[in-house]
Amino acid sequence: MTFAGWATIVVFILALTALAFPLGSYLAKVYTGQRVWLTPIVGPVERVVYRIVGVDSRREQDWKAYARSLLLFSLFGWLILYFILRTQTLWSWTGLNPEGFHSAPWNVTFNTVSSFLTNTNWQYYSGETTMSYFSQMAGLTVQNFASAAVGIVVAVALVRGIIGRSGSGIGNFWHDMTRTLLYVLVPISIVGAIVLMSQGVLQNFSHYLTVHTLTGATQTIAMGPIASQEAIKELGTNGGGFLNTNSAHPFENPNQFTNLFEILLVLVIPAALVFMYGRMTGNRRQGYAIYATMAIMFLGACAVAYIAEAHGSPAQHAAGLHTGVISGSGGGNMEGKEQRFGIAGSAIFDVVTTVTSCGAVNSAIESFTGIGGAVPFANLSASEVIFGGVGTGLYSILLYVLLAVFIGGLMVGRTPEWLGKKLEAREIKLAGLGILITPLAALFCTALATATNAGTQSISKAAAGGPQGFSETFYAYLSQANNNGSAFAGYSGFVQPTAGNVGSHGLTFTDLLGGFDMLFARYAPILFALAVAGALAGKRITPAGLGTMRTDNPTFVVLLIGVIVLVGALTFFPALLLGPIVQGLTGHLYK
Amino acid sequence: MASDSFKRETVRALIAALVIVVAGGILYPLVMTGVGQVVFPHEVNGSQITVGGKVIGSELIGQSFQTPVYKHGKLVENEGVVETTPDPRYFQSRPSATEGGEYNAAASTFSNLGPNSVATKEAISKHIKAYIKLNRPYYPGLRPSNVPVDAANSSASGLDPEISVANARIQAHRVAALRHLALGRVLALIPTYTSSRFLGFSGEEGVNVLELNLALDRMQGGLASGR
Repeated sequence: MTFAGWATIVVFILALTALAFPLGSYLAKVYTGQRVWLTPIVGPVERVVYRIVGVDSRREQDWKAYARSLLLFSLFGWLILYFILRTQTLWSWTGLNPEGFHSAPWNVTFNTVSSFLTNTNWQYYSGETTMSYFSQMAGLTVQNFASAAVGIVVAVALVRGIIGRSGSGIGNFWHDMTRTLLYVLVPISIVGAIVLMSQGVLQNFSHYLTVHTLTGATQTIAMGPIASQEAIKELGTNGGGFLNTNSAHPFENPNQFTNLFEILLVLVIPAALVFMYGRMTGNRRQGYAIYATMAIMFLGACAVAYIAEAHGSPAQHAAGLHTGVISGSGGGNMEGKEQRFGIAGSAIFDVVTTVTSCGAVNSAIESFTGIGGAVPFANLSASEVIFGGVGTGLYSILLYVLLAVFIGGLMVGRTPEWLGKKLEAREIKLAGLGILITPLAALFCTALATATNAGTQSISKAAAGGPQGFSETFYAYLSQANNNGSAFAGYSGFVQPTAGNVGSHGLTFTDLLGGFDMLFARYAPILFALAVAGALAGKRITPAGLGTMRTDNPTFVVLLIGVIVLVGALTFFPALLLGPIVQGLTGHLYK
Repeated sequence: MASDSFKRETVRALIAALVIVVAGGILYPLVMTGVGQVVFPHEVNGSQITVGGKVIGSELIGQSFQTPVYKHGKLVENEGVVETTPDPRYFQSRPSATEGGEYNAAASTFSNLGPNSVATKEAISKHIKAYIKLNRPYYPGLRPSNVPVDAANSSASGLDPEISVANARIQAHRVAALRHLALGRVLALIPTYTSSRFLGFSGEEGVNVLELNLALDRMQGGLASGR
């Protein structure tokens, strides 16, 4: 460990807070329909969109109508993406398939489409050997935008329900989607893409480049329109790499600066939404309390991952390597890590992308040490509430807040109240279901995949023996259920003997189980969150009295952390013990 | 708040889904490509390095510096593939998990070797052995415990363009001896091709292997151009 490594983590959280705070007030204006500085430019475009889509943006929807619009929009998104990916060769006339790649089989495509639609970006395929530029752009980039926007609008709708004073309206889905895309995602993505291009992230439609190396060999280098997708991949907490090794690839993440820049893009909206929530409730301290909860858990995760990775792995020590810091080398577990990022830069990146639903990686999580690898596990077990995905993080933690208020209310023996609204059986039931449905999906799928021959064939041969095989399986379904998309990447659902998909086939059981895992664990919690919004929207607000438990002070922060850890630990501890914790506690090597 | 008919809402959803394909999937990447090609033509096309009009690589993508193995004046082939060995006159890149360890930049991949796996230990031991065999004749006292970790562990992309400064300093002994250069001259080149930490704290320093090797060739009038 080095001072510079710790400085990276501290400076990062400070920079994040400094960016997220003003963005939070901007978001509050965007979602309460106020003018912002982009209005003169974007306003006319916004009106054109409303006309084309046929939307009366002032028309409020109740939660059921809002959910119906969301589901219909998602359904068409799914169908269009599936169509584009399965007809890859048909689009060669555009010139955007220079390598002449064929489509992947139906089962892998089912998984991929469900994955990008749900903001998961789990990838059984490898970008540069299967996807044409057209599929990446018109197919995958589109869902990078759409799925991120869907997450954000659900969070906004839930906040509206919480603060709503009369009626059952929680906003208009089309209005929220349009404003999210035009005022937030597209402008920041444009800036992000330009910054990334300036640093060496590719943006071209060329054939793969053939070079003649210094020693006279030939090397073929993958190309493509990467920067435009990379920006929204990070900003929308999507995480699906254009190239197989994701943000470890120098063309996606070229240097020490882009490494920090990309994780700032990942966290800025989830963090800003928390401040937005504070502003919209009229009490900014509500936002600060949630922000503090998230920041504490985040810093804890960074510290554990950094210490564990800097210590090195049992395999390294058994081979006789010295893993301490020496002059000219940072040491540590460098298996599956890039020199330019080092241990701290890799640890913080993977913590950021696993606390959020991003799932991009700049190093191989499967090669992390037992305890270092347990950190992404723990982050996922907390159901993506530590900042979380764009929108999903806020609506998920608000469900936990509801639960914490309820438990707090029981402890002091009063009717639980939250922001002046009495919490009753209906909301608590809905929130409880919303919280438990994701772990349920994850554990059910893991059990099924571990217990069947069809499931175990996906485990990589190198990991077949020890607890690593279980870790791979568990991580796969946990990651897909949480719509994260990072992987212990030895776990496979696709066999591709040569580039371009000729002769390739998917592992149907694994592809389908993962696909349904993602779809179910995405849309069920969304419906519960919207239902909670609907249930709260119509409630009258009563002024806070002496007996009201406050939700904006340090006591509540502690209570909230306790509830999150307790739910996560009770649900996942037995499974975690069988995989990463066993590995972290032993120096034993497994065949 | 009467909600619209199901049919009308369906049509609306279809139109919206198509609008976002055109705007986000076609217009946005096209405009970004236009901007990039005009403003950052070098960067967005792969940061290519050109020598004598020929593209010899990318500043950002690592290469393997191998030379074919000859036996009795003939190339040795193994199942149709020419066998190669590290060219000792060049600084060597990190181990790579790409196909054949050959820095295949058309299919990046990491090793996925777990922390507690026998396979991982064997792979690391193999890398250590190769590194010691290559360098110990020129750097006596090289043992597993002072092999820098980056030389024994494969990178994340399989295309890492950099090695650690410690790794470069050890290899400098071999490269200087085989190129008949003073060690001081080779060591003095290293800082020029070392990327620094961002703002002094973020990330790690790394030496760009291709650029360093190219500089050596240029200094000596070009092994590279001779091929």
